[in-house]
Amino acid sequence: MERIIEQIPRFFTPGNLWLLIESAGYTLGMTLVGCLIGFLLAFLLVYIRQTPGYWALPIRFVCIAYVEVFRRIPFLVVIYLVLFFIQTVTTDASLFTIAVIAICLYAIAYTAEIIRGGIESVPRTQIEAAETMNISRLQTTLTVVLPQAWPVIIPPAIAFAVSFIKDTALVSQIGVFELTFRGKELNNQGFSGILVFGTIAMCYFLLSFPLSMLGQYLEKRLATPRGQRRTRKVRHS
Amino acid sequence: MPHLAVSDVRAKYATVEVLKGVSFSMEKGEVVALVGPSGSGKSTVLRALVGLTPPTSGRIEIHGTEIDYRSAAAVRAARDQMAIVFQQYNLFQNMTVFRNITLAPQRIKRRPAAEVRTEAERLLSLVGLTDKIHEYPDQLSGGQQQRVAIARALALRPEILLLDEVTSALDPELVNEVLDTVRRLANEGMTMIIVSHEMAFVREVADKVVFMDQGEVIEIGPPRELFDAPKSERAKDFFSKILRH
Repeated sequence: MERIIEQIPRFFTPGNLWLLIESAGYTLGMTLVGCLIGFLLAFLLVYIRQTPGYWALPIRFVCIAYVEVFRRIPFLVVIYLVLFFIQTVTTDASLFTIAVIAICLYAIAYTAEIIRGGIESVPRTQIEAAETMNISRLQTTLTVVLPQAWPVIIPPAIAFAVSFIKDTALVSQIGVFELTFRGKELNNQGFSGILVFGTIAMCYFLLSFPLSMLGQYLEKRLATPRGQRRTRKVRHS
Repeated sequence: MPHLAVSDVRAKYATVEVLKGVSFSMEKGEVVALVGPSGSGKSTVLRALVGLTPPTSGRIEIHGTEIDYRSAAAVRAARDQMAIVFQQYNLFQNMTVFRNITLAPQRIKRRPAAEVRTEAERLLSLVGLTDKIHEYPDQLSGGQQQRVAIARALALRPEILLLDEVTSALDPELVNEVLDTVRRLANEGMTMIIVSHEMAFVREVADKVVFMDQGEVIEIGPPRELFDAPKSERAKDFFSKILRH
């Protein structure tokens, strides 16, 4: 304990703080970029997966297989797979890029199920009405289905991203300069593990707590069609 | 040549055959009512016409042209000529009344915005809901929603309007406002196929009644003949039960 107190002034130097902020930026950045791209690609995957007709069976199978396989692999294994796969293709991909790709691949599989659940929560009759009016499948999805599916999709999607901020600690294993990696580095410099990882834990909390709050706010906002309408009006005015 | 000819149409839900060879025809401006016990396949006839439950065999012709339900283009062309109103209205919940009515005419039929707007206003006044133009479906009563649904279908300018039990989901006191709208359309000469349990209404507006039971057409005739002097046993049985009071 005395050792920790004695280390505090030496630990919280502007240099170290800057390192922590920078690495927190890496953590947040790769999570947001990875989850955002993953979210968009997941939409594409779900849309393709719902292609009607027998000719689309192989495509549907590939989409389902992707989701089922990736949901059953530990994230750490995905990271290593991406790392070694990318390294056989190109030698100049940055570790950050590799981490983002791994996060993205993993996020696709998880958010695809969230999105599919949201889309399936919209009554089939809404789609039938659009169909008889000759509104195309893409247009129906964009103008009829998704606006009604948002309230079901957004809260769990944000919850996924928020909890994923913590899981990105695993990419420290391949040497991305994110929070956990910096923690190990500082620990190796002789700082007390309790001090270092206590601070790191605090950083993770500070990153994810505001996002959780945002998620809860949106959940309340989107819960009723009227709430949704209010958001829409605000956006239009 | 009849406006619409349905001959020996069969259709299935999964493996259950719900239409076992249905035939009838209608002229332009006629109102045909499909009646019969629940599960007799009346609604499925309408679903088959618009390709939601495509026929597995048989012929459906509009103006003598057969609709090939395996061809997406042919189904689109058929849907251009028919509009359906559903029992549960099926208005797009995320859109205002105005947008519900104008979406397809503007985006799909590519009619000029000003024209579509004027027509939407005219249709809303026809169904008596001018003041609800910017409301959302969940702010309207069932009867109002159903009248908007009828306006939305009319905005597509269909040659044939299909009404699938449009009053069945409504509270009794809201039934008349919807029937009034349908009555007005009939008087204006709209070609319609009506699936309905409102026998008094059918007797009043229909030119022809098609009585169905268990996926088959049992008897066809003018309402007076069919209601008062049905020839078949099944029709006799059904009408005696339903018209008793």
